Order: sequence, then C-alpha cells, then structure tokens
Amino acid sequence: MPENSDLDAEQLRTMYYYMVLSRELDRRIWILNRQGKSAFVISGQGQEGVQVGAAMALDVKTDWLAPYYRDMAMVLAFGMSAREVMLGQLGKAADPSSGGRQMPSHFGHRAKRILTGSSPVTTQVVHAVGMAWAAKLKGDHAVVLTSLGEGSTNQGEFHEALNFASVQRVPVIVLVENNGYSISVPQSREMAIRDVAVRAQGYGMPGVVVQGSDPLAVYQVVAAARTKAITGGGPTLIEAKTHRFTAHSSDDDDRSYRSRQQLADEKKDDAVIRFQHWLITAQLWDDERERALKARVRHEVDDATEYALLAALPAAETMSDHVYGYPPA
Amino acid sequence: MSDNGLTPELMLDMYYHMALARAVDDRMWILNRQGRAPVVYTSNGHEAAQVGSAFALNRGEDWICPYYRDLALVLAYGMTPREVMLHLLGRADDPNSGGRQMPAHWGHAKLHILTGGSVVATQDVHAAGLALASKVLKDGRVSVAYFGEGSTSQGEFHEALNFAAVHKLPVIFFNENNGYAISVPARKQMVVQDVAARAQGYGMPGVIVDGNDPIKVYEVVKEAADRARRGEGPTLVEAKTYRFVPHSSDDDDRAYRSREEVAEAKKRDPLTLFEAYLKKAEILTDDKLKAMQQQIKDVVNDATEYAEKAALPDPATLTDHVYGSM
Amino acid sequence: MAVLSYLEAIRETLRQELRRDSRIIIYGEDVGVRGGVFRVTEGLQKEFGEDRIIDSPLAEAAIVGTAIGAAINGLRPVPEIQFADFIFPAMNQIVQEAARIRYRSNGTFAVPIVIRAPYGGGVHGALYHSQSVEAFFAHVPGLKVVVPATPYDAKGLLAAAIQDEDPVLYFEHKAAYRSLKGEVPEERYLIPIGQADRKREGTDVSVITYGLMVSYALKAADELEKEGISVEVVDLRTVRPLDLSAIIETARKTGKVLIVHEDNLTGGIGGEVSALIAEHALFDLDAPIMRLAGPDVPAMPYSAPLEHAFMVTPEKIRDKARELAKF
Ligand SMILES: Cc1ncc(C[n+]2csc(CCOP(=O)(O)OP(=O)(O)O)c2C)c(N)n1
Ligand SMILES: Cc1ncc(C[n+]2csc(CCOP(=O)(O)OP(=O)(O)O)c2C)c(N)n1
Ligand SMILES: [Mg+2]
Ligand SMILES: [Mg+2]
Repeated sequence: MPENSDLDAEQLRTMYYYMVLSRELDRRIWILNRQGKSAFVISGQGQEGVQVGAAMALDVKTDWLAPYYRDMAMVLAFGMSAREVMLGQLGKAADPSSGGRQMPSHFGHRAKRILTGSSPVTTQVVHAVGMAWAAKLKGDHAVVLTSLGEGSTNQGEFHEALNFASVQRVPVIVLVENNGYSISVPQSREMAIRDVAVRAQGYGMPGVVVQGSDPLAVYQVVAAARTKAITGGGPTLIEAKTHRFTAHSSDDDDRSYRSRQQLADEKKDDAVIRFQHWLITAQLWDDERERALKARVRHEVDDATEYALLAALPAAETMSDHVYGYPPA
Repeated sequence: MSDNGLTPELMLDMYYHMALARAVDDRMWILNRQGRAPVVYTSNGHEAAQVGSAFALNRGEDWICPYYRDLALVLAYGMTPREVMLHLLGRADDPNSGGRQMPAHWGHAKLHILTGGSVVATQDVHAAGLALASKVLKDGRVSVAYFGEGSTSQGEFHEALNFAAVHKLPVIFFNENNGYAISVPARKQMVVQDVAARAQGYGMPGVIVDGNDPIKVYEVVKEAADRARRGEGPTLVEAKTYRFVPHSSDDDDRAYRSREEVAEAKKRDPLTLFEAYLKKAEILTDDKLKAMQQQIKDVVNDATEYAEKAALPDPATLTDHVYGSM
Repeated sequence: MAVLSYLEAIRETLRQELRRDSRIIIYGEDVGVRGGVFRVTEGLQKEFGEDRIIDSPLAEAAIVGTAIGAAINGLRPVPEIQFADFIFPAMNQIVQEAARIRYRSNGTFAVPIVIRAPYGGGVHGALYHSQSVEAFFAHVPGLKVVVPATPYDAKGLLAAAIQDEDPVLYFEHKAAYRSLKGEVPEERYLIPIGQADRKREGTDVSVITYGLMVSYALKAADELEKEGISVEVVDLRTVRPLDLSAIIETARKTGKVLIVHEDNLTGGIGGEVSALIAEHALFDLDAPIMRLAGPDVPAMPYSAPLEHAFMVTPEKIRDKARELAKF
C-alpha cells in the first residue's frame, strides 16, 4: 500500500466502512436469496477495494457514475444508501434504480448522479462517453466514471466508445474490474493478452494497471485520471486486477469451472482484510473501532433489510407507466 | 532484391494487373460520367497494396473478403474484366450478384472471394469465421479481410481481431489506410497514427507497410500468410496508401482536401513507381510496356462492349434466392 | 419411448446431430466447460472436444459473424446466444449479412447456421432476460424463425434447422426448459420448417399460437371443455415462414380465432396472422379476430406484481377464449 495519499484519517476509515458495509450487505442478500425472499443475486464480493477506492476519488456533487452490476460498494460510496440498495434487491416500488422494474444490482439513481444501466454488457461505456462529451461541451467541471468487467471489453461497443472518447478527448474514466472470469470463461479464453490496459494503446490514451485489493492505489490512479480528464487531458483506461469471491450469480455454480483451491488462493488477496491490516499498521484502527464498526454495519444492514422487506411492492397498474414521457399520439 | 520468390514473370504479371485495374478504373469513371454506370467506387491509388497482397496468397484458393475499394484486388485474384463490367452495369450474368448489388460489392464463390455487403467491417468477422472453419477442417487456407482505416472504428473490427487472436486463427486483417473515410481525415477517426498500433490490444503482430510498393506488400502478406498456415495466428497489416479519386462518383473531394495535397500524393503513384522499378531492373522494356498497354486497351474495350450487350436480369427473378428451399 | 424435458430433448438432439455430422460446431458464451448457463450443452464438450464445443469471447457480433464465415467455408455452426435479449449486438450480422447473403450473391453463397437462443419471461428475468424477440426476425426475408412448443417438436425442428440451407433462428422458452416434458423417440426425425401443427381439435374457437403459449392454450382449452366450449389449438411452430393453409383451415372451421403470444402486441406475429385470415377467410368468420399478447411496454418488469401483469397466462387465455366463444 502506498505510504501517503491526500486522504485524511477520517476518510481512510470511511473507505474501510464502505467496504465492510458492502460486504455485509452483500452477504445478507445471499441469505435472503437462500430464504426465498430474493430471486436473484449478483455480487460484488472481492471487488470492494476497486469500487470504494474509485468512488472516493470522485466528487459526488459533480461527477457521474455509469456502473455495472457488481458495483454495490461503488454506489454505496457514491451516496446510495443501504436501504436503497435493498429496495432494489427486493423489487420494491420505492427502489430508486427502477421502481422494481429491473433485476437487482442494475443500479441507477438520478438524484445521486448514477446512470441507469441495463443487462446487455458494455452499453454503459458508450453512454458514459456521451455524458462526458456533453460535460465537456457544456463546460462542466465534471468527469464520468464507468466500469465494466474484463470480458465485456470484447464487445464492439467497448472499442467504439474508447475510440470515440479519445478522438473527442472527453473527460471519462473507464475502469475495468478484471476478476479473471466472464461467468465460466477464464481470461485466457476471452482474450490473447494479459492486461486489458494494453488496449489503451490502440486509442492513444493511457492504460494503467492497478492492484484492486489496494483501495488506496486505486484511489490514486483514479484521482490522477480525474485530474487529467478535468483539465482537458482526455480519457484514461484503468484496469484493476481483482477477484470474484462468489459464483457469477445465484443462478451459477462456479465449482464446475473453478477449483476450490484456486478460490481459496484468491481469497488471500481480500481487499477488506488487507485494508484493515493497513489501517492497523498505520495506527488508524484497533479492535475497539472494529467492534464499533461491525455493530454499526450490522445495524445498518438489519435496518435496510427490515425496511425493504416491509416496503410496498409496485402496484400492477403501474406496469404501463413510463413507456413515454407523454402519451403517444 | 530479397529472396522472396518473386520471379521477373510474376513481377510483370503484378504490374499487368495494376495497370489493368487502373485502366478498368478509368473506364468506369468515363462510363459514369457518360451516364452509363450509375455509380462507381474504385481502387485508384490502392493498386500496389491490393495486387501485392493478392500475389502473396494462394489465389483462388485462400479466402479473401474484400470491400468496395478492392477492384485491383479482385482482378488480381482472377475475376475477369468482363465479369467486373457485368457487375458494374448490373447484368444478369454478373457473377458477384446477378445485378442485385451496387457496383464494387464483390463476391465470387468459385474464386473464394466472399460476397460483401455495404455495411463496413462486417467482413472482418466473416474472415475470422472462414478461418475458424479452416482451422477445424485443416484445409490449409488463409482468409484475408480487407478494410479501410475508417472502418476500424467499428465494433466488429474489434470483435473480429479479438476472436481471431484468442483462437489463433489463420487470418490476416489487411488495412488499406488512405487517410480518409469519405471526407473524414484519419486524425478525426482515431488518435493513433497507425492502425497497426491496435494489434497490441489483441496480442497479435501489427505490421506497417508502404502500400505504394507492391513488393513490400507482397513480402509482408506472404510472411503473415506463412505464419497463419503454421498455426501461429492472425496478423494485422496496415498498408499506407492514398486514394487519388473521390470516394465514389457521388463524392466531390474538393470539399475536404486540397488539389495540392492530391498532386503531392500522386508523386508516389504506385503504378509509376513500380514501372520505374521494373524498368531499372530491366524486367520491363518500352516495347513490352507498349504491347501490354495495347493488350489492356483491347481487354477493357472488349469487357465494356461485352457487358453493355449482355442481358439485364429478368424482373421475374426478383424473388429468386431468398431461400435455398422452403 | 423416453420421456424427456424440453431442455433434454434439445441437448440430446444436439448430441445426435454432432455425432452424425462432424461439420457441426457449437459455440457461444459459457457453452463449453460450464455447459451453458442453462446447462443445455452440458457434457457436450467432454464428448466432442474443445474444437467443436467452443467457449467464445463475450461478443455477439463476432459469434454470429464468425458463424457466417465458418458456414460459408464448409462447417455447420450452431451458435448460441446466451439470452435472446443479447442478440441485438449481432443484429447487424443476422439481418444485414446472414439473411441477405444468398440473395445478394445471386444464390452463389449460403449461410446454413442455426442460432439458438433462450427467450421468454415469467422467470424473474426482468427487462433483459425475458424478451420475446421473434417478431424482429420474422420481418426479415431470408431468415427462418422456429419456436418449438414441445420436447418432441424441439427435436424434430432442431434437426430440420441444422439440415436447412439457410439461417434459422431457434428460440427456446426458458420456462419450458424444465417444466415441459414429453415422449421423444430415440431415432432422428425431421419436422419440416413451415408446417403448423394442430395440437388439439375443437369446433367453437381456434387459438393460434406458438412456443410456451401452446401449453398454456392447451390448459385453457381443457378448462373450457368443462364449460362446454370446444377449443382448437394450432401451434404455428415456425413464425417465418407461416403455414398459411393451416391458419386458413382452422379459421374456416371454427369461424372464431384468438391469436396468442407473449411478445408485445403491436407489430407482433398476431398482426400478420390476422392479416392472412382477413385476406383469405374473412367471410368465414363469425366474430372479429382477437389477439392476446404481451402489453406494449418495452419489456417485462422484474417485481412479481409487474411481471405477473405482463405475462400471458392460461387463465388470461381461458377468459379471452370464453369471451370469443360467447361472441
Ligand atoms: C451483450 C451481453 N451478452 C451476454 C450477457 C450475459 N452475461 C452477463 S455477465 C456476463 C459475463 C461478464 O463478464 P465480465 O465482463 O468479465 O464481468 P464480471 O461478471 O466478471 O464482473 C455475461 C456473458 C450480457 N449480459 N450481455
Ligand atoms: C456501417 C456503415 N456506416 C456508414 C457507411 C457509409 N460509408 C461507406 S464508405 C465510408 C467510409 C469508409 O472509409 P474507410 O474505411 O477509410 O475506407 P476507404 O473508403 O477510405 O477505403 C462510409 C462512412 C457504411 N457503408 N457502413
Ligand atoms: Mg470478469
Ligand atoms: Mg480510408
């Protein structure tokens, strides 16, 4: 971990808080799934370091996120609440992402500057470039960060988006969360390169590799990319090497394609544990703080769960709302 | 001269096809201006890149997936001037499409020239697929996709190169970089100087070659084809060249590039350069050149007359070939 | 005869075809080691090897586009799109290329590929894992669009699709995979593409439908039988080409036609079928043609009340058919 950053002690602890909150919320969601209370889970466990490090390097008041389905920790750190996440998870009417229309983890929050996303992968990258282009044309002091998995970089839209972004020098940061798998397909069957970041060279933009279990390192590269973007330097491609600790989703069983030994090895590079150690070594953390945090997070997760479980489902009559902004002629 | 397998005869044949292509090309523009051909897209300026690459392949056996710019390529690959003219004039016997497609939409099953549509970069993926079959069937064929630099901005370019690299397919991606996509200069198309730089992102070699030098192009493509046949996977080749004419007969290039720029580029006309080279090497003499020019003139006249007399498609065939069987 | 699920029927057909014809290759996202996200191709890579059952990169235009090339160069690719909802990145390759290649080359090139894709909702798949996309493709001459309704049909239609010389889209309903079971002969057989099948005889009302909705219509018909209403159920089996004579025959017979599909109402197959009836059998009708289809919202929502409101169900079919019978 880097020795210094411009984050103060409180911010560093906040970083850890979001990572833990996301991990615990995620675990609770799996429990709800097993209990038959939530039909579908797609999880960010293992990727919290990337997501929180990146979100904290942004300005929540001006910047935009265009995330993907694993980014629970990112949207939490960007301002979405645990309750809001749970409302989406349970498809409730008050779900700020889609009012229960989309599957869980399809994050979007107008007020919090989080773009709505769909399931077809990589579409958000093109949108992010468009938003960043608009920001540039309007003279906004803002960047857009979009994220995706490494498998998704094989889509044509990835290429079109990055090429476009570099030609127009738009203030966008493209963050690839490389967890080594596209569902069951290992990276070696997805692409013939080791680092997705080398693709940046084909667009004449910087491509940076960073260790995803190190949120401070992620923070620093994202912060640098943001500075570059906001000062007219154009886009950056960042590849964070990370891990997926769960199956692809609750409909997947990863034992058929990933050995338990390999998973155990991957879990040794757990951002949550590593960052806790770092905080302790930096004398910013101790057992007492850990206990307090755990209690706070447990309370927050309980509260979000209860709140969302009790919340109303959408009324069937609302099915046809929002097809158009006004009735079609 | 390097030991590249190019005999004087082959080099003369190369020159012949470049000159033939230019002559067919010129004739097409005349037919267009006379109102006898509704639209033309030609290879004017690209002849060295196209003919050089064709000669490096097993012509008629390997697969090529051309685009509308590739007149010289298909001629070098075995399409006759008569066939080209039948296509231009939309005749029933056009082997490319029986008069269905716009001119310059090449395709010739017997010659292993894949049919192409108008939507750019679609053929990149087809070439990868042809090569996938060659790998499975072990038929020893190489496939080559041809495309402009503007078309490398398409998603299908990316998907094709990635797919080919992952599966180490026997395919060559051959870019004819003429610096323009219609009116859009390459610098507005991409930030990188060289299309070849994109190869690294897929883990394949990217090779830049002077597209006005047919021998250099031949050598580079030959090496890429050998590599492909050895099972070592795809190569991206970028031939730097220039288009001397407007994008098509519907374009007026004065709107986006100066006459000085075009004149400057014409100083490196591949035809003139190669002619000088062959003369210096005493492969081409004035007499031979004269005879060749006469031959080409005759061939072009014959092709034009032949095609103009040929029958148009019968309207009753409009609904043929929608399905093989129902 | 073995009783197989719809999914097993598809898998066993693929296996039988792969054994029969070494030119067949299967590829798509996760089809190899994982056996597909629905397990349709489970075990096939073990039996046929990595050269024939191929995990592809996450890139649909490449999946379909390379299948086109491979088909032209002598293979018989059967690519899988993981969900029908993700076919759109390949739209260009399917509509502009696969469908047009025979025509544009004056019959000198052909694209014998079968694109398999799971479609349909009612499985908490929300907007992007529930879609019925057949109408987009049924609009395109050059394509054939098959939507099997039973395990038996799934086998015969898949074998016929693989044998076909043209691009075929083969849509498999996700909810049918494990819920539908039926007898499936061991030996290979073909069901001609373009032939509808009368799944139930009746005299009062004709329900014309396809895919999962066939089993729903049959349930509805059983219930109405108890009320004394006799419902004929015609399974289109392929939505392009449509079986004109079967459609006309049933319309003439009962004089009352209800067309059912899960896909959105407007611009759906129902519009085409009713136009054919209007053109060919208008004066044989005793009631206006009725349609029951997914509502005109962009796609199926996730949350249970919304999803249920979207889905066409046996009950909704029953009520609509009753209404028509009483007309
Ligand atoms: C266009 C499209 N095709 C297929 C899918 C199905 N799918 C969902 S996630 C996924 C794998 C994505 O892998 P990666 O991009 O590496 O992200 P990860 O899930 O590993 O974070 C696939 C194939 C999809 N959502 N969209
Ligand atoms: C998908 C698509 N978009 C737009 C066009 C229209 N179009 C035809 S050629 C062309 C420019 C292509 O430029 P380039 O790839 O550099 O090839 P060049 O003509 O220069 O050889 C454009 C935009 C098209 N044919 N297909
Ligand atoms: Mg991944
Ligand atoms: Mg160009």
